[in-house]
This record gives sequence, structure tokens and C-alpha cells, in this order.
Amino acid sequence: MFQRIGFKLIAGVGLAVIVIVSTFAYFNIKEQEKLLISEIERHVNQESELIKSSAKDAMLANNRESIYNMVQTIGHQPCIRTVRIMNESGEIVYSSDTTEIGTQLDKKAQACYTCHATGVPLQKLPIAKRTRIFRLHPDSSRTFGVINPIYNEPSCWNSDCHIHPQEQKVLGVLDLTVCLKPVDMKVAEVEMQLTLFALISIISLSLVLWLMVRSVVDKRIKKLVVATREVAGGNLGYNIQDMGNDELGMLARSFNKMTQKLSEARQQLFQSDKMASLGRLAAGVAHEINNPMTGILTYASFLQKRTKDQPEFQEDLAVIVRETKRSREIVKSLLDFARQSVPKKVQANIRQIIDMALKVTESQLALKKIKIEKDLAPDLPKLTVDINQMQQVFTNLIVNASHAIGDEGGVITIQTKLISLRPFGVAKINQALCPKGHNLMDHETKIDGLPSIQMAVKIGQETGFVNLDAIYGRNHNLYSFDVPDNMHLELACPKCSISLIDKKKTCPKCGAPVYFFEVPGKGRFEGCSARNCNWQFWETIEGEGAKDYVQIKVSDTGCGIPKENFRKIFEPFYTTKGQKGTGLGLAVIWGIIDNHNGTISVSSTVGEGTAFTIRIPVDAR
Amino acid sequence: MTKPVQILAIDDEQIILDSIVKLCSSEGWTVDTAENAETGLEKIRKHSYALIISDIMMPGMDGFELLDTLRDMEVVTPVIITTGYSTVENAVRSLYNGAIDFLPKPFTVDELISSVSRGIRYHEIQQTLHHEDHDEVLFVPCPAKYNRLGYNSWALVTEDGSVRVGVVDLFLRTVQTVESIELLQPEDELIQGNSCAEIHTDDGKVHPFLAPLSGRIVETNADIGQTPTLLEKDPYFKGWVYTIIPADLNYEFKMLIPCTAEI
Repeated sequence: MFQRIGFKLIAGVGLAVIVIVSTFAYFNIKEQEKLLISEIERHVNQESELIKSSAKDAMLANNRESIYNMVQTIGHQPCIRTVRIMNESGEIVYSSDTTEIGTQLDKKAQACYTCHATGVPLQKLPIAKRTRIFRLHPDSSRTFGVINPIYNEPSCWNSDCHIHPQEQKVLGVLDLTVCLKPVDMKVAEVEMQLTLFALISIISLSLVLWLMVRSVVDKRIKKLVVATREVAGGNLGYNIQDMGNDELGMLARSFNKMTQKLSEARQQLFQSDKMASLGRLAAGVAHEINNPMTGILTYASFLQKRTKDQPEFQEDLAVIVRETKRSREIVKSLLDFARQSVPKKVQANIRQIIDMALKVTESQLALKKIKIEKDLAPDLPKLTVDINQMQQVFTNLIVNASHAIGDEGGVITIQTKLISLRPFGVAKINQALCPKGHNLMDHETKIDGLPSIQMAVKIGQETGFVNLDAIYGRNHNLYSFDVPDNMHLELACPKCSISLIDKKKTCPKCGAPVYFFEVPGKGRFEGCSARNCNWQFWETIEGEGAKDYVQIKVSDTGCGIPKENFRKIFEPFYTTKGQKGTGLGLAVIWGIIDNHNGTISVSSTVGEGTAFTIRIPVDAR
Repeated sequence: MTKPVQILAIDDEQIILDSIVKLCSSEGWTVDTAENAETGLEKIRKHSYALIISDIMMPGMDGFELLDTLRDMEVVTPVIITTGYSTVENAVRSLYNGAIDFLPKPFTVDELISSVSRGIRYHEIQQTLHHEDHDEVLFVPCPAKYNRLGYNSWALVTEDGSVRVGVVDLFLRTVQTVESIELLQPEDELIQGNSCAEIHTDDGKVHPFLAPLSGRIVETNADIGQTPTLLEKDPYFKGWVYTIIPADLNYEFKMLIPCTAEI
């Protein structure tokens, strides 16, 4: 409770309010009291003057009875404590308190001290000096007193009685004391009000603060805490909902970004871990399986050699030897998987490779009542391919197709034809360099299975990345953040920040700035920087004109692939077969086709079937 | 041949030993077997073999340790390493550690026989060199500044950073007359220790040319394609095979043996 931000804030603000209000109250009460006292002072002084002048005639007439009565009457007024008149020697002559009359006052007494402090008494005093505030008893209310000297006047020494000689300046003193109870009560009331005011302001401020902290800070911090707990518990997919644009909102967004990055890193780690254990497994399998395979291969090849004159065995033995060799290549490529093994390419007839793949899968297809329809073009040019790898491609595709069809039966169609394609939408960028020679290829971010070309892009304060599709003219580009369609983007090399915008050129289609980079050995590549414009130009490749490709299409009447999975299917370890598959099949196929400078694409309708289209350049090596 | 050639095969798998015995016997060679390296070493101490064929992964002492022990014992008998764990690293390491050949399992009759025949011939040349007075030049050693992978191939780093590769003369002396050579094309990739050309000889055998370094071929020697005998006539200069752009020269170069007067 005491550790919480809300409490700390409230305690701090409360303390500040107490200090401010009490300072304010202190000075305010002081001032009020001063004002009241001065008002009383004026009032009492006036009263005392009034008594003095009322008593004057009676004094002159030496009518003591009248003065005595007057003093008694006034003395019994509410809130008037005493009225007394002393002569110059300090004897109380008249007093509202009759017991005092005739007593001698000590000149050092409080009422007298102001004038009698020095040897010779003062004769004139300013009003402030003539007043005093005192308590009769320590616990009684305060009393205000004013002394008013009665000066000698001509009428005094000219009067009949001639008691006072002319030289005498002061004849006596009128001392009037009044109680200050109403004033004290007023001050206490003000004190009370101010204390109340201070309390109310502390409470209301605390309340407001508490509500603010609760709604602005507490609830959102609680959300953040929940999120961190989720992440700590391993749920890296947890996302905090939008929290607005203040500091906490920023924190939430950067938290989300962090978890996203973490989850990507974990994914990658997981992947490489998987790869490493796959490697160990492959090594173990290779060692174990290669020994028995040596037995098969040596004995079969020995038998083949010994039965040269018996043609009836030759064909069958050749199949054993060939397929064992193929197994050897498969194990080897398993070992070399991480090393991206290089295909051993020879001139081969694609038709023969397809036939071999069909022969291997024949029995499996027959069992599932799957019909094969072949539509093979007769005079296809020979392709330079790795026969084992290509056979693996078709075997895998046919097996995948049969899995998609299931046990109900269906048709797999294999179609080949020679096509001629313009480079636009087909040619592939394998390397890209900035003007300073930095590699722009990003092998981490793949677009449709291909490494992409990464450029840094800056919009306002935010910097992000654009990953360009490596297929010339296809523009399946990825943006790391939201980019408005028509915006002219400032593109730069992510390594050295050199601009990749050609200032001398604009897009012939939409007029936006043009980016460029170098494809080593294949000239300059240009494209439009606007997101919604697909203009690209690759002069060297355009100059080469249309190219011939052998297109092989393997289609099935199976269950199909949902469109959202198209991008994922060529990723390693993506599988829909659960425990049955490794998820490597299509990734390996993709790798093989890519090694042959070919392309593979997929089209599918859920419930109708899937078609994989492979295109291999005729002159490729 | 006057006396039967003795080969020692070491492998922990009986089927491999059986295959080797069977295949070699068909060629007239006699084979002794051992199921582990320790037994093999005992036999080597007692008996002088012409050739040893050994696996790498065995219980107890492995193939690499065997190679080291043989070197320490100053046994010069050529060793062919064969393993089911046929990675490039294993192949290159075996050759660096003194094996004359690396034969990945599973192998065919032809592969084993061509390798064994080269090993036997190697041993014969060695014998002539050490024990007899001879006038004829048995083989041309690879020149200084050249580096070799085993005794199979050589590499020469040129001034412009490209590397020229070719076949070591001793290797050619262990095979019969070259009839033809099957080459890769420019732009193809070589992987160190992997076969990158096939040498066909007039006895019908096929011999691999192992790439001394990995890299991309920029030029193929068209002359040796047309006149394969050039390979034997001038193996270190006009008989080069490929010019390559090396992929990882610094790392791979360590596995090559500098050419000195030895071979």
C-alpha cells in the first residue's frame, strides 16, 4: 500500500497542501487579529475619551457622587471590565470595582509601566503605547486596556476648588479595560474555518489524484504487469491493446515490439536448434544406414558385373544399383542440407526423370486408386539438371498430391510444355549492391521463398525497411510499417545510408522518384519508389529478350491449400501432416529448383485441388 | 604378380569386411580383416601389408587416431579411409592426416576397385623409390608454391586471387593411361574434397579428381578435354584443369599440404 505510486503521490501533494494552507492560515489569522485589535483599540480609546469628557463637568464641579455613579454604570456594561480613575500619585479615586477605591497602585504595575519606566514620568504617549493586552488569570480570556491621561487645563486651575496648580501637567489617568472574548472567538472561528478548508482541500485533491492515478496510471500499469507476467510465462504472442499516445502508450507499443522481436528470435533459435538436432540425427542415420547400404550396393554391383552375360538379370540389378545410389545421394544431401549442396548437373531429358519418379510411386498410387494423366510435350529441349534432385522433386510432388487426394481416389495431371517468357515478372535478382558496394540482399526476410532486397526508408522521424521482391516486376514488396500509397519514399542503403534515389530520373509511369541498385554482372536495376506503382526497369535483362523455359505443372484433385498458407508452404518445417511429415519436403524442392535457377509457384482452390508450376530455364546450368 | 598382395581391412561392421574381402578376391588380391583399430595395429606390427582400408567411426580407437599412430610408428603403408559418415570435413581431414584416399560408403564394386588399385600402385611406386636403385623418373613432384590435397590434386593461388587447380602427377602414375576426362562447366561450384571431374582410363576404370578447394569455376581447360594425354605430359602447367574463384580460401587452405620435395 505505502509502496504504491498513488499513495506516494497523494502523500506528497497532501504535505504540500498542508504547508501551503497553514502558511496562508497563519498570516491570514495574524492579519485578521491585527485588524480586529486595531478596531478595538480605536473603539476603546473613543469610549475612554467619551468617559473623560462626560466626567469633565462633574470633575470641575467636584461632583464626586456623579462621577462615581457614572463609573459604576459604565463599569457594568457588558464586556467592560473596569473603569478607574487614578490621581497623579497613583491612588485609585474612582473604580467600577468599589473594593479598589482608595488603594495605591504600584508605579511599576503593568498599567503604569509605560510612562513610569524612567524616573520622570512621560506626559504624552501615542495611542499604541497606551494600550495593553493582558490576562487577569493565566486561564481567563484576554483583556484589553487603555490608559487615558487627564491633562491639566485652564478650566482646572481656574476652577473654584483650585486643587490643581497650573504647573501640573497630568492630573490623573483614566484606565479602561475591556475583555477581548468576542475577538478571540472570532479568531478561533477563522482558525476553525481555515483548518476545515485545509482538510477539505487535502481530501478533495487526494481524491482527484487517486482517481487520476487509478484511471491513467494504475489500470494501465496493471495491464503492463499482466503482459510482462504473460511474457515471462512464455507467452510471447501476448499483445497489449492500444493505450493511447502518452508515455505509457509508447511503453506499451515498444513492449509489443520487443515481444515480437523476442518471439522472432526465439523462433529462429528454435529453428536453428531444430536444424542442429536434425543435423545430428542425419549424421547418425547416415553412419548407420550407409553400412547396410554398402552391403547392398557392393553385392548388387558385384552381381551385376558377374552376370554380364545374363541379360535377364541385368535390368533388375541395374534398378537395385541405381536406386541404392539414389539413396546414397539422399543421405548425402541430408548431411549437406545445411551446406546447401550444389547439384551435379548433366544434360537430361525431363520426360525420363518424370517417368522414373512415376515408376517409384506407382504402387502407392495404384493402392489409393489415383489415376495419372500425362500431357507431355514431345520435343522438349534437354535441360541441364541434377537428375537425382529433379527426380526427388517430382517424387515429392506426386507423393504430396496423393496425400492431398486421400483414400477417395482422384487424378494427378502432369503437364510439360515449352514456354517463352519476357523477363518482366520472371527474372530473378540474385545479388544487389548499393553504390558503395554493400550487399542489399536480405536472406532473413523471404518473399515467396526468395531472399529479398532490403532498403532503409525514412518517413518523418520513423525509420523502417522496405523489402523488395527479388522477382523483376512482381513487386510483392514488404513494408516494415505503414506507408501511404502515393508517398515519395526516401530509400537508402541500410548499411551505409547512402541514398538509393536517382535524382536525375523520375518514374515514367507516375512521376515519383526512382530508386536504383547494381546487380553485379547484370547491370543497373531501377524501380519506382511509390508503393502503388509497379514500374521497374532492368536494362541488361530486357536486352536479352524473351527466354525459353520448360514448364512442368503437377496438379491434383485433392483437398487444396488455403490461400493464406501459400507463403508458408515453402518454409522449412511447415507441415500440415502433423507427426507424419517433417515439413522439409517443399523446402527441399524449393531449394533444388532455386539451385537450378528455376521458379516454383503454387495455385490452389480449397476443395478442388492444387497445382505446382515449375519453370526451369532451358539454357540454365 | 608373383606374390599375393596383402590388404588389411579394418571395420566394425562385418558386412563391410565381407564385401571388401569378396570384391578384392575377385580381383586376385588377398584381404586380412580386423574388427577394430587395436587388433588392426597388432596385425600391422606383425605383418607388412601393401594397403590398409579403415573406417573412421569405430569403438575404441577411431580412424584418425589410427592414422596418427601409424605416422608415429613410421609405417608408410598407404591407408584408404572409408566411412558412412561421409562429410566433406571427414574426407579432407583424412587426406590431410595422411590417408591417400577417401571412399564414402556405400561404394560400388567399381569405386572400391579403382581406389584399391590406385593404392596398390602407390605402394609399388613407394617400394621402388625406397628399396631399389632406379634411373627412370617415377613421377614429377609438385613444384614449390603449390599446395596439394592428399596426393590427388594441387592448387596454386595466382596473383589476381583466382586459384588454378590440377591433378598431382603421382596420382596419374597410380592410374593407367588416361583416355578421357569429364569436366564440369564454368559457373559450376566445387566443394573441397568432393569429386569435381572423372578421369577415365584405358582399363575401364573411373578415377575421381577431388577439388582441393571450394569455389566457382571461371575457366575450364579446354585443351585437356580435347587431348587428355596433356594431363600426364604436363600436369602442373599446361595440364591444369580449372581456374576457380575460391569460396573460403583462408579456412580451406589450412587443410592443404605445401608441396615440398617429398612427393
